[in-house]
This record gives sequence, C-alpha cells and structure tokens, in this order.
Amino acid sequence: MRVALLYPELLGTYGDGGNALVLAERARRRGRRVELVTVTLDQRLPAADLYLLGGGEDGPQRLAADLLRRGDLAARVADGARVFAVCAGLQVLGTSFAVEGDDRYDGVGLVAASTVRGGRRSVGDLAVRVGGRLLVGFENHGGVTRLADGVAPLGEVVRGRGSDGRRDGFVTERVVATYAHGPVLALNPWFADEVLAAVVGEELEPLSTVADRLYAERCARLGP
Amino acid sequence: MARRPRSSTWLAERAVLVVNRLSRLLGRGEGTVIGGRAGLALDPTLLSGLARGRTVVLVSGTNGKTTTTALVAAGWGGPVAVNDTGSNMVQGHVAALAGRPGVPAALEVDESWLPGIAAATRPAVVVLLNLSRDQLDRANEVRRVALRWRDLCATLADTVVVANASDPLVAFAAETAPVVAWCDVATPWRLDAVSCPHCTAPLTFVPTGWSSDCGFAQPRSTTVLAEGSLSVDGLEVELDLALPGAVNRANAAFALTALARVGVDPRAAADRMAGVREVAGRYARRAWRGGEVRLVLAKNPAGFSAALEEVADAPGELWIAVNARVADGRDPSWLYDVPFERLAGRTVTCLGERRLDLATRLDYGGVAVRVADAVPDPPPGRPVTLVANYTAFQEWNARTAP
Repeated sequence: MRVALLYPELLGTYGDGGNALVLAERARRRGRRVELVTVTLDQRLPAADLYLLGGGEDGPQRLAADLLRRGDLAARVADGARVFAVCAGLQVLGTSFAVEGDDRYDGVGLVAASTVRGGRRSVGDLAVRVGGRLLVGFENHGGVTRLADGVAPLGEVVRGRGSDGRRDGFVTERVVATYAHGPVLALNPWFADEVLAAVVGEELEPLSTVADRLYAERCARLGP
Repeated sequence: MARRPRSSTWLAERAVLVVNRLSRLLGRGEGTVIGGRAGLALDPTLLSGLARGRTVVLVSGTNGKTTTTALVAAGWGGPVAVNDTGSNMVQGHVAALAGRPGVPAALEVDESWLPGIAAATRPAVVVLLNLSRDQLDRANEVRRVALRWRDLCATLADTVVVANASDPLVAFAAETAPVVAWCDVATPWRLDAVSCPHCTAPLTFVPTGWSSDCGFAQPRSTTVLAEGSLSVDGLEVELDLALPGAVNRANAAFALTALARVGVDPRAAADRMAGVREVAGRYARRAWRGGEVRLVLAKNPAGFSAALEEVADAPGELWIAVNARVADGRDPSWLYDVPFERLAGRTVTCLGERRLDLATRLDYGGVAVRVADAVPDPPPGRPVTLVANYTAFQEWNARTAP
C-alpha cells in the first residue's frame, strides 16, 4: 500500500503531515507495510492508493490547485485511488475557492463543492458527528463551503463552524475531506482506521494506543 | 497634527510609574501592562517622547527575542532600559522606558508590533532574527509578517537593520532597507521558506547559502558565525557563552553586531555577555524537591527543533510540558511539525494541559512516553531537563523558583 503526501511545503501549515505518519504507523503496528512517499512541487504525481492533502496559506493553496489541475489526480482517482484532504486541501478539491485577490479561483473539480469567503474567519475547536461517532479537531480557515445536490457532507457540526456552521466536509465514493486540519487522524484513531480500512479493503484488527486516551479526553471536552 | 506640550508627556510618565507601583502593591502581576495602558490613554505620543534622545535597539523575530535583548543589554555595559518582563508590545516598552529615564534601551518587540514601535522610537538598530510559523490561530500567515517588515525596512533611513541572511523570509524583508548588517548564522529551520518569497519557485539550499531561480539569493554577510569562530564586521570575536547551544551563539552574534553598530566594542561586549547564565528562567538550573531541574523554553516548531538538538542527549530524565492557552496558541497541531523522532530511544515524561496530545505525537514518532497526570518528584541523583512551551514554562519557572 502506498500513501502519498502531496506538496507538504505548500499544504502543510498545521502539522498536516501528521496524518501520513499516523496512517503508516497504525498499519505498521498491525504488521502491514505502508510505503510513505512525499511529493514535492517539482515532482510528478506518482501512483498511490491514497493521496493526502493538508492546509496552507492563500498563495501556496493557489499553486497547489494549479499543480493538481495540471497533474492527473482526477485520473488516478477514476482508476481507484482515494483522497483524504483537510482545510485548504478540502477547498482545492472542489470546483472553486476564494483566495486573496480572487473570489473564484478554479479548484481541481473532483467534488461538486464551491467555497466562498465567509463573513469572519473560523478559528477554534471543531467537533463533528460522523455516523454515530464524534470527530474532534481544530479549524482555522476563512471559507464557507457549499455542496451541490447529491454530495454528502462528512457530518453535522456539534461545535465550531466546519463548512457552513451546520455541516462539515464531504464524502464521495473515494474522497473524504474535513475542515478539521492538522493531525486530525491522530486525534481520532477510529477515523484513521476507517480511512485505512477503506484503502486496505478489509476490516482491521483492533489496536490500542495512547491516542485512545487523547480521543476520550477531547470528546469529553468538546462533545455535546 | 498639533504638537502636544511637553508637560503632557511628563504627566503621562508619572502616571505610568504611579500605576505600575500601585498595580504591584495590589498584587496584580508584574505591573507593566496595566501601567503602560494608563500612560497611553493619557498621551498617544508617549512612547516617542520617552524614546527621544536615547539610543534604542529593537529586537524582533519568532524565536530568540528575549534572550537576544538580554544579551544586548548585558553586552552594552552600564544601565540599559529593557522590557525584561516578557511584555513586548507598546505597554511593555512604555513601562520599560519610563522606569529608566535617559539611558540606552534594548527592547524586544512582538513581530506584528514592530512597524509601529519602530516609527515611535526611531531606533539606531533593528535586529531581525528569524521568521517561522507560530501561533497560527492568532497570526495566520508568516509571509504576511515578512511583507509588513519589508514595507517597514524601506522606511528606515537612519537605522541599521541587523538581519539574518540565512533566513530567506528575513532577507526578503530586510533587502529594502537602506543600511543592512547581514549576519550569516546558519538557520536550520526551512519549512517556512521552501518557496521563494519573490517568485514562489522552490528555493535551493546548499551549505554556502540559498538561492532562487529568479536571482534572489542569500546576501553576502559582514557577520559570519561558524562552528568555532565568529567574525563581526571583519573583527574576530571569541565567544564563550554560559548559555548553551548553537541557537544562543547565533543570538549573541546578532547582539554583538547590533552593539558594534552603536559604537560598543564587540570583544568587550562578548566578555560581558559570557556572564549571562539564564534569561527570565530560560536555561536556569534549579534545585527542586531534592533533585535538579534545568528549564528550557520552546514555543513553536523552529524553537522546538533547536531545543531538541540541545537536549536529545542530555543526561538524566527528559520531561516535556505543553499547554495550549491563548498565549501559546490554542491549537497544538504544530507538535507534528517538530521532529520528535530525534528523541527515539528515550522515555519522555509528558506534562502540561495537553500532555495527551504530546504523548500521542511522541508515540507515533517512536518515542516511549510516560503520561504524568500529577506533577512528579524529580528522581534523586538524576538531573531533569524540562522543555516547556510558553505558559507551561511560566508555571514551571514559578514552581521551581528558589
């Protein structure tokens, strides 16, 4: 299994590379091999089972969108690859987003979601109900993301603002995205395992780590 | 705007002193922020009035502000007004100057306050140390700070800008200044300077410097810090600091360059700096509960990476304390930008309000952890090195104070 972390120098402002580390480590502890590749902006997009996108500043976000539009991310996903994106990465995967100096910059268009500038920046703890469970994290972005009909959000916002104050992120057959930036997979071991299981294509053995305590503590603090 | 009569500034100065004293008497902390606010309400030009006629050195940057400012003050010799209580916005500057009339000033300045403070104090020297990600929940873009500094530098006609040539973002900011004393101090943190601030192409780093395809490149330096030597404006200076680590050698190189530009002999200044053993608790060795604790402050990824280099092989136990209050930045995601893998093979005691975030990060990085839900006693006979971020450091500094 190969996991590719895309352009961490552009989209990696909030420790987002942590998600790659967490996936690789949770696989390794179950005796599965994960090859982790970091794709820098001067490299071509390699084949991978899962692509990871992080958060970033306006200028770098624009550059990342250009690179991904020109590259063949959409083709890779059509061939079966999956994508997990956070924050600016979420915006880049949509049809358009707002950055400084441009209210409608073209995204990759992998998902029918468009982002406009919000009235104020959304900064703070974020908790989202995903299925019957809670996803916890931190958000720091200025966007409001609207989903086209038929695109499913990742979940309902319990605390914070997420995409529009009510819902956060999106889920398609092969793409998952949330505004909970940074190492959201470190904070939510169950969610990390769902992302991993989808790539592996089978259920994973249970794994106990110190992250379980962290998750319980954050849920107690941020939950309803 | 009409000039205010002098008496107003005099009145404001008195107000600062009185309120500071009152605030200390009432037990409201260090008493600098409250007093400064009262003074500013009386006279918006108070800071420029207080700075007039003195030689002022301002120090700003993401990491090393407090230590470099302390080294400037120590190296200067004689009385120097310093904002050494950690208050690095206008209130702290007003309080520091009002408390020490007529003497030179060494002031550390919050990165985003620098343009305003420089305009008000007309400094002889502005030291620009470094720029990297820090507290992104409050100041969300590092490059925006670099741009504001760049605009400021273009206006500094009567000021020497002492700038870190090894940091591309600082070089981008300082290249507009009429007079720059460039310092080559080997800055290892590069995660925030991967792409060129001018053309966004990837920057190339080689041991002799960095460069971009568009021609933007590391400026030639007049101060050069190497493994075993330091040259300040062409003068070889022996550096024998009590403060540990490469980071503090770099801080001293900036401080000596600043002092040289205000007429202080760098060699004599270096001798005086050698005596600085701790700065507001940083690097202090404390006897505590029958053991020994050494305190190290690290607030952000660049600061933490530098601190890890220094403590990774320290004897005894390694404790790390992390909080995420407003002054720390409320988002501890940055823990994943710190190369904690450097500590593989050690067991780290995790402390602070975000000890579980820290423990999770270390665990995924292959470092053994012990989560301490209560403050543990130091093990007898084994020194403890404690690395803490801002508010956690303050707690530990107070807890272990003699």
